[in-house]
Order: sequence, then C-alpha cells, then structure tokens
Amino acid sequence: MTRSELVQRLASLHPHLMQRDAEAIVSTLFETIGDALAEGNRVELRGFGMFSAKQRSARIGRNPRTGESVPVDEKAVPFFKTGKQLRERLNGSEAGS
Amino acid sequence: MNLAASTLTRADLSEAVYRQVGLSRNESALLVDAVLEEISIALDNGEEVKISSFGTFSLRQKAERTGRNPKTKVEVPIKPRRVLTFRPSHLLRERINR
Repeated sequence: MTRSELVQRLASLHPHLMQRDAEAIVSTLFETIGDALAEGNRVELRGFGMFSAKQRSARIGRNPRTGESVPVDEKAVPFFKTGKQLRERLNGSEAGS
Repeated sequence: MNLAASTLTRADLSEAVYRQVGLSRNESALLVDAVLEEISIALDNGEEVKISSFGTFSLRQKAERTGRNPKTKVEVPIKPRRVLTFRPSHLLRERINR
C-alpha cells in the first residue's frame, strides 16, 4: 500500500470526507511525526508503536570497494519500535504467550 | 540534542490534524485512529506500506529457533513469527540531521 492508496482507502471509508481532506490528514500525520523527530522528540502511539531518533556516534567507516578509511560523522537515525498490540496482531492470538 | 525532549501522543497528532484540516476535534481524533488502523490492516494482510518521503513498513518472516531464558538457562522454543521493520526514507533521515 502506498501513501496515495492509503488516502484512497481513508476517503472511501469516510464518504463525507473530501479527497483533499483525506490527503491533508495523512500528510499532517506524517509531517507532525517527522517534525517531532527533527526536534529530538519521540512519538508514542499506544498499540501501534513508537517513533524516536537514535543517536549514532562518529566512527571510522570503510569504503567496501577500495578499503579506504572514511570518517563518518555523528548522526541521528529514525527508529520505530512496534507496539505490543500490533506485534501480537501480526502473529495471531496465540503470540506472546 | 534537545535537552527538553518530550513525547508526542495520539492526542498531539489529532490536535495537529484539527488545526490543519478544519474538522472537529472529535472527528480529527477518529481519523488519526483510522489512518493507523488502515496501516495495521494492510500489514496484517502481508502488504508492505510505503509512505513516500516518510518511510516503508515491511514484514520479515522469522524462522523458528530455540531461545534460552538467560537467567534460568531453560531452553524455550521460539515460534516462527512476523516482525515489522521500518525503513526511514532519505528525506526523513536528512530532516533529522539538519
């Protein structure tokens, strides 16, 4: 499912919503999560999962083709941890027991 | 790094939708849930969910293996399962490091 398919599904499930509004909802949701991560905040969606940014320290990397050493700067990497409810749902009812 | 890091919840996302889209607060909250539910349904059906300029949620099949309780050392079988992975888009990665 792509972003636009998600918008379509949302619009068809809520017929009173204008296509434009369905688009705005999906965009706002992911924009807001992205903004939060960019500001160093976390987003916790109970039952679905949690988005956060993990800090990676600077390291010496290597060009795998030439074997040359390259310095890699410190950086933050987006991270998602699946929520308990979703994890169990993806594995049927007997999961987690 | 932000020292005063805070945690956003569904309520903050609904508030953002309420302000941006101009639906009622109540409806905004319902629609935020609806989006997350549609993503969950697609994943449960084995679909990959690709959100352009944000990232991709995909499932990986894990084979059965024998685990061990690290404290008691008792062996326990770990059933085959599906795990969800999120691959952030380049845009999202860049945004976080700007």
